[in-house]
Amino acid sequence: MTDRGGASHPLVELTLARFREFLREPEAVFWVFAFPVIMTCALGIAFRSRGAEPVIVGVVQRDGAAALTATLEAAGGFSVRPIAPAEIERALRDGRAPVVVVPGAPPVYRFDEARAESQVARLAVDRALQRAAGRQDAFVAEERPIDTIGSRYIDWLVPGLLGMNIMGTGLWGVGFSIVQARTKKLLKRLVATPMSRAAYLASHVLSRLLFLAMETVVIVGFAWAVFGVGVRGGVAALAVLALAGALTFGGLGLLVASRARTIEAVSGLMNLVMMPMWVLSGVFFASSNFPDVMQPFIQALPLTALNDALRGVMNEGLSLAALRGELAILLAWGLGTFALALRLFRWQ
Amino acid sequence: MNHVPTDSPALACRGLVKRYPDVVAVAGLDLEVRRGECFGLLGPNGAGKTTTIEILEGLLDQDEGDVEVLGRRWRTDRDELRRRLGVQLQETQLADKLTVEETLRLFRSFFTDGPTVTELLDLVELGAKRASWVGKLSGGQKQRLAVACALAGRPELLFLDEPTTGLDPQSRRQLWDVLGRFRAAGGTILLTTHYMDEAHALCDRVGIMDGGTLIALGTPRELVASIGAAHVVEFAVEGAPPADEVLHSLPGVRDVRHRDGHVALATSELHATVPALLDRLRQDGAALSLLGTHSATLEDVFVSLTGRHLRDD
Ligand SMILES: Nc1ncnc2c1ncn2[C@@H]1O[C@H](COP(=O)(O)OP(=O)(O)O)[C@@H](O)[C@H]1O
Ligand SMILES: [Mg+2]
Repeated sequence: MTDRGGASHPLVELTLARFREFLREPEAVFWVFAFPVIMTCALGIAFRSRGAEPVIVGVVQRDGAAALTATLEAAGGFSVRPIAPAEIERALRDGRAPVVVVPGAPPVYRFDEARAESQVARLAVDRALQRAAGRQDAFVAEERPIDTIGSRYIDWLVPGLLGMNIMGTGLWGVGFSIVQARTKKLLKRLVATPMSRAAYLASHVLSRLLFLAMETVVIVGFAWAVFGVGVRGGVAALAVLALAGALTFGGLGLLVASRARTIEAVSGLMNLVMMPMWVLSGVFFASSNFPDVMQPFIQALPLTALNDALRGVMNEGLSLAALRGELAILLAWGLGTFALALRLFRWQ
Repeated sequence: MNHVPTDSPALACRGLVKRYPDVVAVAGLDLEVRRGECFGLLGPNGAGKTTTIEILEGLLDQDEGDVEVLGRRWRTDRDELRRRLGVQLQETQLADKLTVEETLRLFRSFFTDGPTVTELLDLVELGAKRASWVGKLSGGQKQRLAVACALAGRPELLFLDEPTTGLDPQSRRQLWDVLGRFRAAGGTILLTTHYMDEAHALCDRVGIMDGGTLIALGTPRELVASIGAAHVVEFAVEGAPPADEVLHSLPGVRDVRHRDGHVALATSELHATVPALLDRLRQDGAALSLLGTHSATLEDVFVSLTGRHLRDD
């Protein structure tokens, strides 16, 4: 065994040093752990499944309003809001009610044709009123609603948030600490020892893996406990993806930080790198919303590959073999950026 | 420790030149440091000390000139040299949120031979602080830690760039003790400083640097002797002091300098100069407002060579 005077292998010591420094930085801990949990919680509540929610109907307060309200309440599935006659258009505009019924014979429906929600509410009100007035349906179809776990917005959202977090903490965690070491001349000091430069860079990526294991457990565990979001493809596959993501964005973080001399410069660069991916890579809404001409570019982005793969494992239960295309994109980015960073790196 | 005494110097450079766009930081420097000695580069801010030492440490490339360290060259033996040298840089800030012990473990891990972490802690007397965060240490403790990091690989040659700048007298003395122990074990030191007393206390030989070149070289004693005046008489009078020619003609006086209204006379015969000066002032009817004497120092050497002081403060 090599004598290191009580110290471990340099790669271990470097990684531990990074790990300790991070844990002793309360702000960093907040951004990595608390922030994604708060975000998941807020979005989960904002976009919680509305399948069983009542349709909101505005009823204009004039003759017949009481009877109309009673009819709708008897039909079930409606939440009636009284609307003053002068308020109809404002109520529609500000979203207080997607449809407003003016009592009368026949009644008048006021709604917004351009909004799907408004259209649906109008149909539901019409059906209830027609039936109450005696209309017989020609047939009654069997209804099989899906509200199974795995197909709600929150199920789709959580993998995207996880991907976004892996990207954000990878870039920030690596980029920030490297530029800090550079401005404090610590890099220069390290270069004056026999330390292997590759080991130094690798320790940043490795320490990301440690945090990442914790981040993933916190985010996925929280989403599972609170919203019942599952991991259909198994925890092992999820772990492999998270590792691949940490390598990818750790490498990208090294590259972004490879020449920057100030914290401001590296922050700007990181935002420049992350911003397009927040928008394009399907974090909050599907990347398929963008035009076809952009798709080859979007699909080549590392966050798109990571999000698609995470959704494949968590929502669809795909195996890693089925996701080898995404994995290949991630590894290519990770290794490519690491190699480039090692060549470009400014040590002083 | 096993420092084989050899004929090759610990360090040698010839014709060293480093140019920056608007200044020539090192302008043709020749230097030789012998094994086992403590060599001091003494000079004011901007003299080119840091640039020189970083070239010797293999951290900067020179534009011209030759460097040989421990008989090796940076271009061909970089890895070996990194293992055999200890370096403390002027501006490094170690990670604030690691403890003293963690920091030393990290640096120790880069070397396959050297003292244990505990031995390093004892060497710089930081054992009681082993669990403190680096950010919580005093300036003197930080500098001792920086030196301990430089000693982690049991170096043969230790480079120190202004190791005691900004420290209080007690902290400086503690650091000098650490360096004394390193030397006692046979180590060689090259240090830079702009404190003349530090150069006096620590260095076997001193090179005085100004404007990127050496303007004097020798033991502190030789350098002080070279100005031909063992003492300095400093005085001030109310009104105008006697003319320089008059002062020069006083017995023993070798040099006359003015600074901030004070006059400094470098003299080889203190016992003759002082009475003669007092007589002269009495004749002129000048009222003495200050009189003092001290043994000539490296500061006086620098003043006599350049007409300036080492430090502006
Ligand atoms: N990286 C640099 N770029 C431009 N000028 C520099 C650089 N480093 C040092 N200098 C200049 O070179 C001269 C010598 O600097 P330095 O070696 O740091 O002196 P010292 O250590 O003796 O104070 C100074 O005039 C300084 O401004
Ligand atoms: Mg300097």
